[in-house]
Amino acid sequence: MTEKTVEHPEVPTLFDVQEMELNFGPQHPSTHGVLRLVLKVDGEKILEAKPDVGYLHRGTEKLFETETYPMGLPHTDRMDYVAAATNNHAFCLTVEKLLGLEIPRRAQLIRVILDELQRLSSHLVWLGTSGIDLGAVTPFWYTFREREQILDFFEEYCGARLTLNCMRIGGLPFDLTPGWIERLSELVDDMPARIDDYEQLLTENRIWKKRTVGIGVISGEECIERGLTGPVLRGSGVEWDLRRAQPYECYEELDFVIPIRSNGDTYDRYIVRVQEMRQSVRILRQCIDRLEPGEIRGKVPRVIKPPAEEVYASVESPKGELGFYCVSNGTNRPYRMHCRPPSFINLQALPRLAKGHLISDLVALIGTVDIVLGEVDR
Amino acid sequence: MAGAPPPPAAPGGEAKKEAPPKLEGKDASGHPWVQSIRAGVPDAVLSAREFARQITVVVAREKIAEVARHLKEKEGFRYCVDVTAVDWKKREPRFDVVYHFYSFSKNDRIRIKCGAADGQEVPSIARIFLAADWSERETWDMFGIPFAGHPDLRRILTWEGFHGHPLRKDFPLEGIDTGAAIYPEEWPEGAGPGMNDPNRKVVS
Repeated sequence: MTEKTVEHPEVPTLFDVQEMELNFGPQHPSTHGVLRLVLKVDGEKILEAKPDVGYLHRGTEKLFETETYPMGLPHTDRMDYVAAATNNHAFCLTVEKLLGLEIPRRAQLIRVILDELQRLSSHLVWLGTSGIDLGAVTPFWYTFREREQILDFFEEYCGARLTLNCMRIGGLPFDLTPGWIERLSELVDDMPARIDDYEQLLTENRIWKKRTVGIGVISGEECIERGLTGPVLRGSGVEWDLRRAQPYECYEELDFVIPIRSNGDTYDRYIVRVQEMRQSVRILRQCIDRLEPGEIRGKVPRVIKPPAEEVYASVESPKGELGFYCVSNGTNRPYRMHCRPPSFINLQALPRLAKGHLISDLVALIGTVDIVLGEVDR
Repeated sequence: MAGAPPPPAAPGGEAKKEAPPKLEGKDASGHPWVQSIRAGVPDAVLSAREFARQITVVVAREKIAEVARHLKEKEGFRYCVDVTAVDWKKREPRFDVVYHFYSFSKNDRIRIKCGAADGQEVPSIARIFLAADWSERETWDMFGIPFAGHPDLRRILTWEGFHGHPLRKDFPLEGIDTGAAIYPEEWPEGAGPGMNDPNRKVVS
């Protein structure tokens, strides 16, 4: 690896450097899945970290090629299994772009609702688990309480809690059940106070700050250089969010701000994610208010046979830019369907972030880039 | 390309929001970015095409690193979104290596493609865009396209010692015998259907 500038806190070494190789994972609770890191350490200090991925590789891209377009959709659930709705969304968006489909307004709004609920639940999982990684057990019980409620909404909508398969090419599979939106409205009203609860536990917590401030600092320039997107990029002061930069569905008419912070450390990325949850709540409120009865599916041909062309489309997933690149050869199966997973690209920067820190900080850093190994390995 | 005069209103027309994106691909040789690549890197551009407002430029394989550097330094495409490949099996050259770049100042993407025959080396852009490092490793792993000048070209999703490249069209969907005998009573010779098994299916 060619490193440009590495800014890391100097950890004093009392003795001569004595390198040792250490396996971190693949079975380690704080790697959030099966990630193996080969560490070169000097005592507690990390000299080098080499990620070894691929334990969950299931050949999703190969499977896409063997099945028709609608059949590929459930495979996307298994990639980022913490945020299945955004995966479905990116896949549908790509095929719709290829077909030139317009989707009805009600479907657009419900898609945005599902996306933002998914963003909330993904960030809640992130907050709970990375809290636990650093020894803060209490937030976990609070965040998973709300996540459970959100999953109940998904379950009522589409029958599944995790692998949702909740969108279709050209629209949605189902309309909302009676009373769904009213109950969601109650949750949305409650949510700001509950986010206050989490913040009370962590934001000014002295131990939390000690573990996160100044850990894994990365500049905005370097984030772009390394292709980092999502909260990591925004935590380093770059105001870039695909929902605003290249709006899809009805995001351009919705009023929300893109939270950014300038220090680019673990603490700032935490703040950005918490602020994003607040913005998601705002977006949900606006969508609920705008929702009107109407069609939920556009004019989709019975057999989906796009022209022999290629497109790339992406959405802002909770982890960053999630894109699909689809090459069609005019048949009912994609000739090539490639996924650009945010976790995979973001994980690439972990060795750079970890260099010079202590092993215990590595746990914080794995948490802060927010990877899902299902998406890294596909 | 069919000879019909193209309707000229498409690019600037912001007023008509309802019009769906034009679905015919068209030649994009006149696009300013293509002109810029032509001027900056001579003899690089082979063809250019536009579909659904996305520009695809096919460039010569040897010039890909120069084109990437030109796009980064002169045109502001600072963010390398993705590197991947497409296997065309019977076509010559067999593979397309596909790059996506994004420009923050233009708020737009460009897709660069170059052809590569089986085993032919493609210049690596991992030293120009650090983001391309793992993507190129993945492309090597999945398609067997070697990248010349890559700092650490190892397999990434499969393991060292794995035979074959899974996303090639002639790689069987059921997998290959990797030597790991997981179900010895069913497949004594290894995991998955053997070479002569009639159930073994090759996806094209």
